[in-house]
Amino acid sequence: MTATTMATSSPAPSDATSGQARDRAFWGVLMLAPYILVFAVMVVYPVVYGLWIGLNFQSYKALFADPIFFRTVINTIIFLFVAVNLKFLIALFLSGFFVAQRAWVRIVLVLFILPWAVPSIPTILSFRVMLNPENGMINQQLFQLFGIMEGPGWLTDPTLAFASSIVVHIWKSLPFWTLILVTGRLAIAQDLYEAASVDGANKWQQFRFITWPSLATLYVTSTLLSMIWTLGDFNSVYLLTGGGPGDLNHVLATLGIRYMRNNNLDLGVASIIVAMPLILPMVWFMVKRLSKGAE
Amino acid sequence: MKRLLDEGKLILIAIPVLIWTMLPIYHLFVLSISNQESMLAGKLWPDQPTLQNFQIVFKQQHYYLTNFWLQLFNSFLIAITTGLLTLFIATCAAFAISRLKAPGGRSIMNFALATYLIPAAFLAIPMYKAMGTFGLLNTRTALILAMVALASPYAIWVLKQASDKLPKELDEAAIMDGATSLQLFRMVYLPLMKPSMVVIGIYALLLAWNEYLYAFLLLSSEKELPLAVGLGLFLSADDAPWNLLMTAGLIYAIPPAVIYYGFRNNMVSGLTSGAVKS
Repeated sequence: MTATTMATSSPAPSDATSGQARDRAFWGVLMLAPYILVFAVMVVYPVVYGLWIGLNFQSYKALFADPIFFRTVINTIIFLFVAVNLKFLIALFLSGFFVAQRAWVRIVLVLFILPWAVPSIPTILSFRVMLNPENGMINQQLFQLFGIMEGPGWLTDPTLAFASSIVVHIWKSLPFWTLILVTGRLAIAQDLYEAASVDGANKWQQFRFITWPSLATLYVTSTLLSMIWTLGDFNSVYLLTGGGPGDLNHVLATLGIRYMRNNNLDLGVASIIVAMPLILPMVWFMVKRLSKGAE
Repeated sequence: MKRLLDEGKLILIAIPVLIWTMLPIYHLFVLSISNQESMLAGKLWPDQPTLQNFQIVFKQQHYYLTNFWLQLFNSFLIAITTGLLTLFIATCAAFAISRLKAPGGRSIMNFALATYLIPAAFLAIPMYKAMGTFGLLNTRTALILAMVALASPYAIWVLKQASDKLPKELDEAAIMDGATSLQLFRMVYLPLMKPSMVVIGIYALLLAWNEYLYAFLLLSSEKELPLAVGLGLFLSADDAPWNLLMTAGLIYAIPPAVIYYGFRNNMVSGLTSGAVKS
């Protein structure tokens, strides 16, 4: 408050610039205040509280003694490795398709973006119903078209159920990353390709020596960012299989919530804290990278 | 000949891409116009397409749909409030950091970025606990606050980048004329930032509309729930009224899809530019 009175009560001409500087400092702080308040109350306080709960070493003992936890760690690693790499290989390939200069390809692109544009709840539940082993459309069609009496247990067989979660995850997030790589490809100068094809370079050589070197940084950064977010994908696992059958298919994002819903908050917090050594270095690296890019 | 061959290759890629993309969405639509019988038979197209499901949903004639309109209203309320609050907070913060060079602005930007990057599912448990302490559990306010906290960091970052691109000379000229910070904000910054602000408002609105996990954790009474969680309640049904679930799901999916397609060009460039910049 004092800053305003000072800024408005001393507008002597010689003092104008310092008055303006004070005005800027005052409004700078005031306009940051709403976010700082939200950040302090909704992020800092909960995180500190969580860390405090996480100081209880008994919870880690209990956590490591829980067989579901070990299964979950393995699942999370497989999920990350398979889902992210598969997604990016497909995205890299499809980005080459979507840069084709055709009007109809642009229409395909508009449809292709749908999974990203519509909310995940209805579409994941649609997958869930479709993959239902008894009455789902997929197995019913397998029966009607090929006479297969007992179709695969898409959601009841542990391995298949896990694979189905990965498929749903890729279905949902593929459009976004494909778009990113399309943007990256469009930034490459076209005359490079023209020069290369004059020199007789084939498609593979053009990819190997022009496209890939230009895309590599973007590809790696995007992969890293996608890894962090894939680690936090709750919906693809929870809404499709609920972490089942028999709690065999949890990932870290769903396991913490499962503990919490079973009134075991300490274990929930502990399961998040053990993931931090994996997450924080990636977050730190990305923050440096993004804030540098913004300068 | 070569051109024809190229076209053929492109079509060979396009067909599986379209089937993969559209299958779950098509399935959602087909079930919404199927009766119980053709749904359970897994028909690719119902024998007698019907709009009866929509009638049942609109009239709330099923146990799981008792609060359909209220939950739809909740979804709107939560999304719009989150959008407006986030827009206010982020527009002010980006102005302070980018144009006023507020002290500590850089570190706040970095903290915000870290919040944005840490997966929301990992913040959910501590935030749930904190909401309990604040006595806000099972109120829509809790969900709105959580969504504002999750949406603001990215919003600030995008707006700051957009603001950094505005020419410095504008500020300098205004300051020479003796403009105060507030006048700078109103007359220079706001008019030029409008396009980015639209993108960010929609981003926050869609984030809140689509959110499942936080709504599912923070709210429990059926009258407070947004439709997203209301749909999840169907999962505990024994008689599997999937066609009703898909019908309600379709209705729930339409507003974001319409908004998204209406602002398609702004959204795609606005939201992906940040990631590419790095």
